[in-house]
Order: sequence, then structure tokens, then C-alpha cells
Amino acid sequence: MIYQGKQKIWSDYQKDIPDDHWFYVRSCIRQNFFPASETHFVKIVRDLLGKDLYETEHHTTCGGIAYHSDTIPQETAMTIVARQFSLMKEAGYKNLVTSCITSFGNYCEILETWREFPELETRIREHLWKACRREFDKPEYVCHASDVIFKLRGEIAEKAKFRLVDRATGEPLRVVEHIGCHYSKMFPHKGVGGAEYPCVLSGMVESWGGQVIDYPERRHCCGFGFRQYLVKANRGYSISNTHKKFESMEPYRPDLIITNCPGCPYFLDRWQYVIAEQTGKTYGKDGHGIPALTYEELAGLVLGYDPWDLGLQIHQVGPELLLDKMGVPYDPARKYLGLNEKDIMKPGLPTVLKCC
Amino acid sequence: MGKLYDELCKDYRFKEGLHTCINCGTCTAICPAAEFYKYDPRKILDTIQRKDEAEIEALLKSETIWYCGECMSCVTRCPRKNGAGLVIMALRNLSAKLGYFTCSEKGRQLYPLTKALNGNVLNLGYCVHAATFSYEDHPESGPVFEWVLNHKEDVYNRLGANYGQEGPGAMRKIPQEDLDELKAIYDETGGTERLETVEKYSLEKAKEMGMTPEEYLKYTFSHCSPGHFNNEEA
Repeated sequence: MIYQGKQKIWSDYQKDIPDDHWFYVRSCIRQNFFPASETHFVKIVRDLLGKDLYETEHHTTCGGIAYHSDTIPQETAMTIVARQFSLMKEAGYKNLVTSCITSFGNYCEILETWREFPELETRIREHLWKACRREFDKPEYVCHASDVIFKLRGEIAEKAKFRLVDRATGEPLRVVEHIGCHYSKMFPHKGVGGAEYPCVLSGMVESWGGQVIDYPERRHCCGFGFRQYLVKANRGYSISNTHKKFESMEPYRPDLIITNCPGCPYFLDRWQYVIAEQTGKTYGKDGHGIPALTYEELAGLVLGYDPWDLGLQIHQVGPELLLDKMGVPYDPARKYLGLNEKDIMKPGLPTVLKCC
Repeated sequence: MGKLYDELCKDYRFKEGLHTCINCGTCTAICPAAEFYKYDPRKILDTIQRKDEAEIEALLKSETIWYCGECMSCVTRCPRKNGAGLVIMALRNLSAKLGYFTCSEKGRQLYPLTKALNGNVLNLGYCVHAATFSYEDHPESGPVFEWVLNHKEDVYNRLGANYGQEGPGAMRKIPQEDLDELKAIYDETGGTERLETVEKYSLEKAKEMGMTPEEYLKYTFSHCSPGHFNNEEA
């Protein structure tokens, strides 16, 4: 299609997302901290909406966190990714969907670098062959898991059991979104809406009945910073950046935060706990925090999945006020049960932050 | 080893990240690290553009190259399509390769980072894993995650994971044949050599500081001297 005028300008901010046939690679951080989000991505995309989504047990980390913590050379990171491409070729897929934004940025960076410096791609092919006796095809399409949910947001809305609406007032919930730095700051054309108008999350929120709230530090980093969180001595950087975001969003009284990144929901959740314990300050209503959810958790709530199956109990900020507002039913007695309803005690409670 | 500037020029991130910097300071204005740390990416790019070997060596041995969080916010905003964050990655890579990282407190943190992350990658197939994530080192993960760590199999499998088991799924056991391929990739691409280089220079530094390797590991992971932040005196 030939775009002209304003249509041409806006075409730069749009992204063609394939409908089906995906090779799925998981996220190190999300498997550890939000395992049920990945579980429900598969449930929603494959089981509920009937799409072809394939996963092999043989895929590994992409090495992105080790790479961005500067602990491995660039060619090591590239060859690990080339191996993932080789697994995709073996399985007969051409569309790669990654659960992690660090991975998404890593894949985009590698493919762009190879495009610009083809001799490097040749060298990586040689490395992979020597190390693993493997060959690969580059994916025809790389996208992030949130792109897929964005693509399917209308189908999810059609099957919705709950909407992002305050059932007491009928007003839309006030939602702030955090898209994560490596989604489109490095390669704006790779993200829905680019770096200037990212709408991958706001599109979901609006489709499901919520109201997206703008605030001054909407695009500021969550504060991960790789080594700036992973090393204990550096965490002042991490919490300072998160604190800046919360101070900025507080006057807009959000009901929830929807996040894109693997680390962002963790930092936006856990640093609220630390800020509360250190200073007594809380950002939600009556001593509670503001729930920071993944897009799968929010899609899952809209679709009527049980909040404890979605893993909302392993956030430090309690989700109950949000669930009550949306009218989502939940059984408090089942919140902390283990596998097969096993009693595995309950977590301790924070001193300041109210959690239920 | 050629001139330091020439070495930097071999790094693809340097080729991508530094074209012609006009020193406008937009990168510093947008930078989350510059807001809190004594960090100014504009000055770093300016220093490199002067191609002065002594200045570049001082940079490679400095604290300042370790303050960046690699969020790449600078890449979006630079009016000349530079990427200060990419240049930082090239500087850190060279600093690690030459052992200069042990000259600064923030650089020395490369030792605990390298051991923890690559231990996870090579032994488990993950960069991060609950099996090696200790609550003691991460009290900010909160009482809820202390509970998760105390009941890993029950909680993860309750949430649909496949904790430590064969087959696909979250938190699965990565087969040994795949871990062997990762090790072969490290051996082939310089990853193993990098791990050995960081270990060698770190242990030399530990000895110089009068610490055992274990003490040095703990110290570099936990210790923060005053003076790094904008609101602190050195």
C-alpha cells in the first residue's frame, strides 16, 4: 500500500503484527516473578483464542541481562540468540514472539546490527556452527508478547466478563501505563506507536473500558538499570527512579498501573513496599499501594480468570481494592494455598503497607 | 594492543553509537542516571572525540562509565543519532578486557555480577533463577517473595509453572544437552575467556586489598562509598 500525507506520517508509528503461528520464547525474570502471566499468555492465545503458539523446552535465556550487565562479549550474546533462531527453524516457524522486553530489544539490536554489518552475521553463523553444529534462518517477524495481546485486544474485549470500570460509579478505571525502555526507545519503528506515541498498552486499556491517565514522568525508566539493581550497593539508583515516577503519578490518583517489561512490574510493586517501610509514604488509598499488573494479568482479570490463578497474590501490593472496584470475585481463604490446595502458611505482613 | 581509541573503533556498539556528537547535552538531560549520579554522558562523548589516549585510559579506569543503567533513553533523543549508552557498553567492554575495571569501586562490581549471572546462565540456562536468588541479598523483594522462596515448588506449580521438571513451561529444567551448547558458545565466542579475565584481575585486586575471594565478592556486592550521588560530598 502506498501511504500519502498524514497517512504516511502515521504509518511510521504502526506495526503489522502477524495473526498466527508463533514461536514463543520465555523471559528469565517473568518466569521467576510472574510465572502465571506466561501461563495465561499461553492459555489466552493458544487455548482460548485458538492460535498456533509453539514452545520448545530446549530454548534458554537469550543472555540479555548478562549482556546489559556487561559481563559477556557482544558475540557471545549474538550467538546465544542465533541458537534460539536455529531452534525456531527446526520447529518450522518464522514469527518469533518474546515474553521479555530485554530480549525483544536484544533481538532487534542484533538483527539491525547484522543488517548494517553483514560480515558480523557471517561470523556469528560460523561461531554457531563451530560451537553447536547448528544453522539458522533469521525470523521474518519479531514481536513482543504484548504486541500479540494488543493485536487480540478486540477478541479479548468480546469475551470479557469484567470491564475496567468502577462498578459502583460506572466510571472508567484510571490506568497509568509503563511500556518499558527497551520496547521502543532503541528502535522506535519496532514498537506499536513508536517512541513518541506508544499505544501497545493504552490500546488494551481503552479496549477493555479503562481510561489512560497521562502524567509527567510517564516515559521515565522504572529504575532497573541492570547492574544498578542487581548489585546491592547500587539500589539507590533503582529506588530513586521509581520514587520519581510515583511522586509524579500520585496527584492523578491511578487505580492501577499496567506494565510491559519483565522488571517494571517488579520494581513498581516492590519499591512501593520499600518506600512505605522507609518513609511511611503510600501511594494508594488508605495506606494501600497502587497495584502494578502485567498485561496478561489485566487481560486475565477482564476474561474472568481467578485472581489467585493469575498470581496476584505474589505481588507485594495487594490487589483486593482493585478487584472490589471491578467486581471481580475472589476467595480470601484460597489466596495463599499451594499446589492442590495445600496449606503452605502465609507470607509475613509489611509494617506500613496495607496488603489486603 | 593498539591505541585505545582504535580498540574502541572495533566495537560495533561504538560504530553505531558515536557518529558526530555536537555536544548539545540532550543525552544528559534525558538520562535517569545523570539525575542521581555524578554522571554526564555528554562529557564522556566529548572526551572520546578528543582521541586523547591518556584521557581515554582515565575514563576506562573511572567510576563514571559504570553509572549508566543502559535504558537507552539517550538513543531516542539524540539529534545526531548517537547512542551514549552504546558507547558506554563499548567502554565497559574494553575496561573489562584490559582489567582496568578493578581501578574503580563501581567497576569492581563486575566480579559479583559476572559470577552470579553467568553461573546462572551456564548451570541453569537462565540469567536469573529462584534457586540462586537469596532473600538476604534481596530484602526489597518483600515478605511475599520470602514466602515464595520458602515454598518454591508449591507456589510455582500452583501458578502453572513446571518447576525443575523436564518438558516445556515456566521454570522448567533446561536439558543438560542445551547447557552444553551454551558452554560451547561461551568457549567459541570469547565468553569463557571474559569470565576468566574478570576472575584473574578481581582476585589480584582482592589480594591487593587484603581480602579473601569470598570477602571481596561480598564487599564489592554490598559496599557503597559516599560520593557517587549528586547530593553527596566525596
